[in-house]
Amino acid sequence: MDHWWEKDISGCGLSGIINWDGKRISGSVIRKSVALMHDRGNGQGGGFAAYGIYPEHKDHYALHIMFTEEPGKPTRDFEDAMKETEAYLDKALAVDLAEDIPVKVTEKIPSHPLLRRYFVKVKQGSRKGTAMTEDDYIVSVVMHINDRIDNAFVFSSGKNMGAFKGVGFPEDIADFFMLENYEGHTWTAHNRFPTNTQGWWGGAHPFTLLDWSIVHNGEISSYGINKRYLEMFGYKLALLTDTEVVTYVFDLLVRRQGLPISAACMAVAAPFWKDIDRMEEADREACEAIRMVYGPALLNGPFAILFGHGKGLIGMNDRIKLRPFVAATKGKTVYMASEESAIREICPDPKEVWAPRAGQPVAVEMGKGIVD
Amino acid sequence: MNRTMPPEFRVKIDQEKCRKCKRCLMSCSFGVYSFADRVIPDSNKCVACNRCVVMCPEDAITITESPNVYRDHPNWPLSIRKNVWKQAETGGVLLTGMGNDQPYPIIFDHLVVDACQVTNPSIDPLREPMELRTFLGRKPDKLEMEMIGGKPRLKEKLPPNIKLEIPIIFAPMSFGAISLNAHKALAMAAKESGTVYGTGEGGLHEELYDYGPWTIVQCASGRFGVHSEYLNAGVAVEIKIGQGAKPGIGGHLPGEKIGAEISRTRMIPVGTDALSPAPHHDIYSIEDLRQLIYAIKEATGYKPVSVKIACVHNVAAIATGIVRAGADIVYLDGFKGGTGAAPTQIRDHVGIPIELALAAVDDRLRQEGIRNQASIVAAGGIRSSADAVKAIALGADACAIGTAALLALGCSLCQKCYTGNCAWGICTQKPELTRRLDPEWGAMRLNNLLRAWGHEIKEFLGALGVNSVESLRGSRERLRGVGLDAQTLDILGVKPAGR
Repeated sequence: MDHWWEKDISGCGLSGIINWDGKRISGSVIRKSVALMHDRGNGQGGGFAAYGIYPEHKDHYALHIMFTEEPGKPTRDFEDAMKETEAYLDKALAVDLAEDIPVKVTEKIPSHPLLRRYFVKVKQGSRKGTAMTEDDYIVSVVMHINDRIDNAFVFSSGKNMGAFKGVGFPEDIADFFMLENYEGHTWTAHNRFPTNTQGWWGGAHPFTLLDWSIVHNGEISSYGINKRYLEMFGYKLALLTDTEVVTYVFDLLVRRQGLPISAACMAVAAPFWKDIDRMEEADREACEAIRMVYGPALLNGPFAILFGHGKGLIGMNDRIKLRPFVAATKGKTVYMASEESAIREICPDPKEVWAPRAGQPVAVEMGKGIVD
Repeated sequence: MNRTMPPEFRVKIDQEKCRKCKRCLMSCSFGVYSFADRVIPDSNKCVACNRCVVMCPEDAITITESPNVYRDHPNWPLSIRKNVWKQAETGGVLLTGMGNDQPYPIIFDHLVVDACQVTNPSIDPLREPMELRTFLGRKPDKLEMEMIGGKPRLKEKLPPNIKLEIPIIFAPMSFGAISLNAHKALAMAAKESGTVYGTGEGGLHEELYDYGPWTIVQCASGRFGVHSEYLNAGVAVEIKIGQGAKPGIGGHLPGEKIGAEISRTRMIPVGTDALSPAPHHDIYSIEDLRQLIYAIKEATGYKPVSVKIACVHNVAAIATGIVRAGADIVYLDGFKGGTGAAPTQIRDHVGIPIELALAAVDDRLRQEGIRNQASIVAAGGIRSSADAVKAIALGADACAIGTAALLALGCSLCQKCYTGNCAWGICTQKPELTRRLDPEWGAMRLNNLLRAWGHEIKEFLGALGVNSVESLRGSRERLRGVGLDAQTLDILGVKPAGR
């Protein structure tokens, strides 16, 4: 078993906005919010996830791919990596549009990878002889590229959504990707403070898989067992970041195993036994079973996460709230951030502001608002 | 004692201090003392159990290593010379008690545990909840749940598991190997501490059926005391294939120990030898094991079945087979595990350490994607809460303690269990000796031990920044090796300190 990995450690700031009525918000808004928390990062990583930004391609999977150095892999000419990837994509998928991701080079972001995006569909018959869904198939394509093609890294793969991230402060990354030109109904942002310098664009957050994106502020003390648990189900943890673990845990529990999202939240930030013991029988039975079966998926240690999943946004803390996390509402918009100031920066007069309790998710669903 | 055998210890009586109360004469079960105007010790008989020292009100007894020396020879230490002398005298197989006493490296002592600094906070177990609750048994690959009234609900119930409030259980030790009072102490302590004890292979005394919810009953090769009521008496049934102290070796409880109580419990005539065959004679292969597992499940309404094996070379493949055969718990007994009696050469030279076996089994079950189908109990050399923490980090669901539990009951590790003369009333059936062990006193000490270890494990977890034991379980990233070679580290799946 490979145990020669070094985990990536980082602290962070995060911010998220969702308009559950579907009204689209400019990327400049989330930029302003996360920029206020400049000091929560150190310029080693900033990133955004945006939902509803590609309405003209809403039925396509949008693959955002970077061609760049990857830790632990040999570096070669990025054009070669791109050619190999595109040849593979043409074989594996129907590529309806391939283009550069528009960027504006600034002095704040002196160098950057080759950045491309591909709007793709799964070809008829490509899943023949397998039990894979289209989503499963796309996941296998993403895993193949990230694992097998050196210097190519898929950093988002959902429909009508995309991730934008890199090495730099988030406000500079936003300017680099010209996020003011995008409008989405849901945005998350991340400002990263790694303790060691990786300088790798793929290591920035958010981490995404299909429609899912995770931004995360925390340090999962249970990373070792979370990683080994996921490996049992075939996940390859290449990035060695907590965010990757969080994303895959949700992928396993919700997409692959079909758990309700609220049950998955209960697995990752489990209620304490002392509280479970006092629950009514049916609740107790459910909680006990979740803890027994998904104990290795419990994310233990400090975290606050924003989990975007295309149909809504969930924010939550670890089970004893060891990282800051604030939520607010105004009209049909819900705000969540590491600091209240980051919310007030873009929403000076929220209707309600609160600090969610430890382990209690704030779940917002499109068309419904905050749900229990 | 034959003449060529030098005494191992020297017993000295301080005759000025001695008040001639003769308590030493009453205490010594090995016949060291006689009295003729004053206490006269026969050092040849002393096993250094220290019962007399503890009982002497005047602190008048001193036991030391024998000062007699023989010419040193690195290839022939005195212990080996003595073995040859004994066998030349008797022509017999050397017997011993307790676990392997040879100076093999103790891997636990070369593993160190992580702690949080700055990037993630440590947690104070005195101020925050810290959870040790553990469930032993099969877990499904996934839960089938549905939303009812806005709440997640189970579609089907989980298979039964054993609920433990601390990931430490008492290792199976038979009534026969140890006394009924020792069994009572273990049962009472298991109940009080929310854990379980194992009956071992000697059946379950009728007085202990009330402790069923804290009992794992055993079905070993001799099938002593196995009947329907017995199989259903506990929370789980354990099939004992092997024991760490004597892998591949059967058992022999001599007829002189088979008194009325043991005779009734084991369902054998008084005074007959209780011979446990080396293998189960209905298990000559893995598919035979599967049949017994399912026969027991049918007989018990599908209670968890544990299969206990000694850690041997191919332990990972064997454990995989056991899980695929339907076992809900795999109990791994390392080569430092204790015994009431074993051939010395077997005890000291057969089997592998629990640390390596545990790591290999946990890895293999994960590679095969079946780790959730069975819990792993690690045993055979767990000496402290630190050992338990390291074993859990290597992948154990729980640890079993036998020797440590006996130490709590007063045992001083004299290793003369096989003589039936245990001066502490633990490993003997002589009524004048067994009555020395008060079950309530013993239970209190066992509870104290578990409480102390529980507190210590919580301190480890807090330092590690996690508040539940499942976040440590299998998390080898929280261990580092010091002074271990690359191959050993590779098998353990642990990085060297500094990486």
